[in-house]
Amino acid sequence: MQIVLALVIGALFGFVLDRIGATNPTVLIRMLSLRSLGLMKAILLAIGVGSILMFGGQMAGLVDVGHMSVKTAYVGVFVGGLLLGAGWALSGFCPGTGVCAAATGRKDALFFILGGLLGAAAYMITYPTVKATGMLDAIAGGKVTLGTVPGAKYDGLMALPGDVLGIVLGLIFVAVAFAVPEAPRGEAVPAPAE
Amino acid sequence: MTLNWKIGGVALGLVFFLAVLLVKPIGVSTQFVILDGIVADVVNPELVTKTDDGYTSTNAYLAKSGGKYAKSVANPLNYSFIFVIAMMVGAFLSAMMRGGNGADENKLPAIHYANFGDTPIKRYAIAFVGGFVVLYGARLAGGCTSGHMMSGMMQTALSGYIFAAGAFAAAVPVAMMMYKKG
Repeated sequence: MQIVLALVIGALFGFVLDRIGATNPTVLIRMLSLRSLGLMKAILLAIGVGSILMFGGQMAGLVDVGHMSVKTAYVGVFVGGLLLGAGWALSGFCPGTGVCAAATGRKDALFFILGGLLGAAAYMITYPTVKATGMLDAIAGGKVTLGTVPGAKYDGLMALPGDVLGIVLGLIFVAVAFAVPEAPRGEAVPAPAE
Repeated sequence: MTLNWKIGGVALGLVFFLAVLLVKPIGVSTQFVILDGIVADVVNPELVTKTDDGYTSTNAYLAKSGGKYAKSVANPLNYSFIFVIAMMVGAFLSAMMRGGNGADENKLPAIHYANFGDTPIKRYAIAFVGGFVVLYGARLAGGCTSGHMMSGMMQTALSGYIFAAGAFAAAVPVAMMMYKKG
């Protein structure tokens, strides 16, 4: 059953990523250089919609709180984020979109994946050294959510009810998605290259 | 054709919701490690070994957290690995249905052409280096754009916000300096 769900949800995710233009490095780089923020608006809206549905579903008792999976906060999250951001802007791919872009026929995405496999291998080898720096030690409570989600195995950074906060933040993400300008630098959106 | 951001955003949000409703939040970058492990374990079968209560590895990273990565390496037909394969199928179908990217785009994306001309080797080198840095960074951070930024911020995870701050702090200046045209 798990495998069937992996096939269905994975295929839907790949399909949608391609349909919002996320497999196209030109769209990604135009977003990251703040020329054309249509994709940014879609991502912000998606986070908002996902958050509202998940926390709303939890409050209604329809979504299992146990399905949440919160990652640990540590200094390396920020440092790794910086590295990922730099490589993302260089290549126009992130791990998921790179894999999908290769499937759409983009040759450069194959080189991205090859580089990615080596980068991941380099991390596997250097992991003990990285760990020894203390960069992977949990900060601010580690696996925490911003509010305290009822029934979750994670602590809250604040005592506020985490599900209500999640819906409020979800609504803020939706509002920001609408507020962000399509072309903040005033440049016309060029026709897609297809 | 590219979806309008409102429809696309809602569709993407529904996929992330569906994942957490039925199974668990979406994540991708771990699977690069799992594929590395699968390949390395073929070359050196001593890499991942079965123990009384699970799996372990001679590689400290695969062995961490009770050997959960070692377990996935030993059993590639697991949810998260199949998920990434399925993503490729979905993206392939979508691309076929819209008529593909076109030969020019498949060779080299328009933004590269606009900035550096018809230099496919240069583009492949950039993509390779980018891939290396992205995955090293993603593993250091413990997740990528899917797992940390989207799944994480959707769950109001503090780590998701820290990751997004780092990613955009680097991505925006690099994209602006590197790609001035297009």
